[in-house]
Amino acid sequence: MTINSIQTRRFDTLIIGAGGGGLRAALQLAEADASVAVVSKVFPTRSHTVAAQGGMNAALANVLPDNWHWHMFDTVKGSDYLGDQDAIEYMCRAAPKVVYELEHFGVPFSRLDNGRIYQRPFGGQSQNFGGEQAARTCAAADRTGHAILHSLYQQNIRARTHFFDEYFAVDLLKDDEGNVLGAFVFDIHTGEEIIIEAKTTLIATGGAGQLFRTTTNALINTGDGMAMALRAGVPLQDMEFFQFHPTGIAGRGMLITEGARGEGGYLVNAMGERLMERYAPKAKDLASRDVVSRAIYTEVKEGRGCGPNKDHVMLKLDHLGEDVLQKRLPGIRQTCITFLGIDPAEQAIPVYPTAHYTMGGIPTDRYGQVVVPVKDTPEEPVNGLYAAGECACVSVHGANRLGGNSLLDILVFGRSAANHIIGYLKENRYHRPMNEASVEKAWQRLHRWDKTGEGESVERIRADLKKSMEDNCGVFRTQEVLDNGIKEVSAIAERLKEARISDHTGMFNTARVEALELENLMDVALATVYSASARTESRGAHSRIDYPERDDKNWMKHSLYSSEGRKLDYKPVRTKPMSVTSFPPRPRVY
Amino acid sequence: MMPASSDDSALRWRCRRGMLELDIILNEFLDKSYNTISDEQRCLLDQMLDYPDQLLFDLFLANIQSSDKGISELVTTIRQSLTA
Ligand SMILES: Cc1cc2nc3c(=O)[nH]c(=O)nc-3n(C[C@H](O)[C@H](O)[C@H](O)COP(=O)(O)OP(=O)(O)OC[C@H]3O[C@@H](n4cnc5c(N)ncnc54)[C@H](O)[C@@H]3O)c2cc1C
Repeated sequence: MTINSIQTRRFDTLIIGAGGGGLRAALQLAEADASVAVVSKVFPTRSHTVAAQGGMNAALANVLPDNWHWHMFDTVKGSDYLGDQDAIEYMCRAAPKVVYELEHFGVPFSRLDNGRIYQRPFGGQSQNFGGEQAARTCAAADRTGHAILHSLYQQNIRARTHFFDEYFAVDLLKDDEGNVLGAFVFDIHTGEEIIIEAKTTLIATGGAGQLFRTTTNALINTGDGMAMALRAGVPLQDMEFFQFHPTGIAGRGMLITEGARGEGGYLVNAMGERLMERYAPKAKDLASRDVVSRAIYTEVKEGRGCGPNKDHVMLKLDHLGEDVLQKRLPGIRQTCITFLGIDPAEQAIPVYPTAHYTMGGIPTDRYGQVVVPVKDTPEEPVNGLYAAGECACVSVHGANRLGGNSLLDILVFGRSAANHIIGYLKENRYHRPMNEASVEKAWQRLHRWDKTGEGESVERIRADLKKSMEDNCGVFRTQEVLDNGIKEVSAIAERLKEARISDHTGMFNTARVEALELENLMDVALATVYSASARTESRGAHSRIDYPERDDKNWMKHSLYSSEGRKLDYKPVRTKPMSVTSFPPRPRVY
Repeated sequence: MMPASSDDSALRWRCRRGMLELDIILNEFLDKSYNTISDEQRCLLDQMLDYPDQLLFDLFLANIQSSDKGISELVTTIRQSLTA
């Protein structure tokens, strides 16, 4: 292979990912007359952002009193004090502006009678630093993600952003000094390979919910950008923090909202016992998410699960009556009828904890610059590389994300990264020379799948990985379980090296895409299980039976996992906000 | 137009969507029942795959009904195959 035989395209900025994060950044750049390429493995408006139906937070105070500082307090507390307070202040202050911009781009937000944007209350929102419930979430009915994605896509078309639809990014390209030069990608339709050279590259590839067997995430969420960063020598931050929801439909993953238990639904095991009475005698089925998740796991583990495989528990709603269900929980009723063929007004729903959101990711500062430790400096920018959205860890969610803060995160930091890139482009007018060895490495990774002969299938290895992650790095974490996870996942990673695919054609070779995605999942799985095994405390979503307390003395720090040597390093949490005084750690009670 | 067969990779890739619900509905349909529908219905499915995700979601979860009889029947067939 010679580089000369591969087509090269040149842009000021390459954005990998066309979800809300990538599209918001692209628009800002295109409007500043930068030449922007957006690469997406699926058609842009089919990115996972479309699934966000709930809404996004901004302290507009349209329904109840509110201000950005209260929003900041809630986010710091929600993060279990692992969030970086400068980034959180930046995000909460920018939120109203970002919402008004979206309104201007054409997002049809739901309105109050007085014409202002309607806001709904969500969990974890308070007035006055922990007081009464606040109403902070702006929504476009129950299709906020869809509305945002479509509006941003249209705006980008208008601004002449160049889209590479259904192109798969294989790896980042960089030179020997560590400057990032673009990416090696291929057209999923034709198999044609392209080098996209760019002065700046922004990763916006979303989360990695597909790490787990039961997940709310679509099949496309395979952590590709995170794995690309790892392979480029960038460590991943805080990967042990993965948000689980206690009640996903067993075997399917979709959420049954907390509202179902709020309306009086309760969980039962195979013997018909109300299991939460044993785990949380007072709060019972309304105990916090991690307590309910662990209770379900324990029942199943100890043989009291339901169904032929005893692998779930049941959520009972039938006692509420058809009228109440139809009036208060119509979406849940329809989901159960569609996917299970059962009506919860008559039968209980099989449920199991479901993986929902990746708090960790590629470490960045609040300008979206990817930052890595170099010698004694914990956060040195990687020249030419940016990240934003769920794949990044800026870190505003710390150990636990609040509902409605993720859409906000992707938009605020997509925009902020673009603004920083605009400044960078003014000072860096020329492309650096391409590095042949780096292209060769990416090319080899892709063509490793051309090998023929005997070997295990990608499907089987993927299923084993997801099951192992669910069993060993899910909601029930002890040293023994996590160390077993390291052992199992490492063994599965070895098996992947010898796997084969049977399709070797160039056109629409989705088997090859899935193989590359599995390699990405594998790298991210290792990062997750190693980071989780090392953190001997419970904080936010990382909840350990053997270390039930938060340990601020030893663990108020970010984890950094590097692929090389599977090493962990740590860096301090940025507890100093931009302009206000810092919120010191307090017990997180609601 | 010649409708695609169920092992057509291009068709499979178009069934990769932004929502888990659609991934499950469409992929299970391809696996279980796509081979049993008529060429005409296959062409209709091809049209439907160009719809936005949110619209497909609303159709499959019976939040709305299509005014087009063919689409509406196809949606019912796809829904039925899910729990068959
Ligand atoms: C069911 C559900 C409901 C949710 N509801 C809410 C909510 O109400 N409010 C809220 O704030 N958050 C919500 N979230 C979270 C939120 O939707 C996501 O965190 C957010 O949309 C992620 O956006 P993103 O731009 O980072 O990535 P995504 O929207 O996931 O986009 C990723 C992009 O990267 C591309 N890509 C990935 N890998 C590659 C590759 N190798 N090559 C080329 N392209 C690639 C994809 O094609 C896609 O375009 C919800 C999440 C789920 C699962």
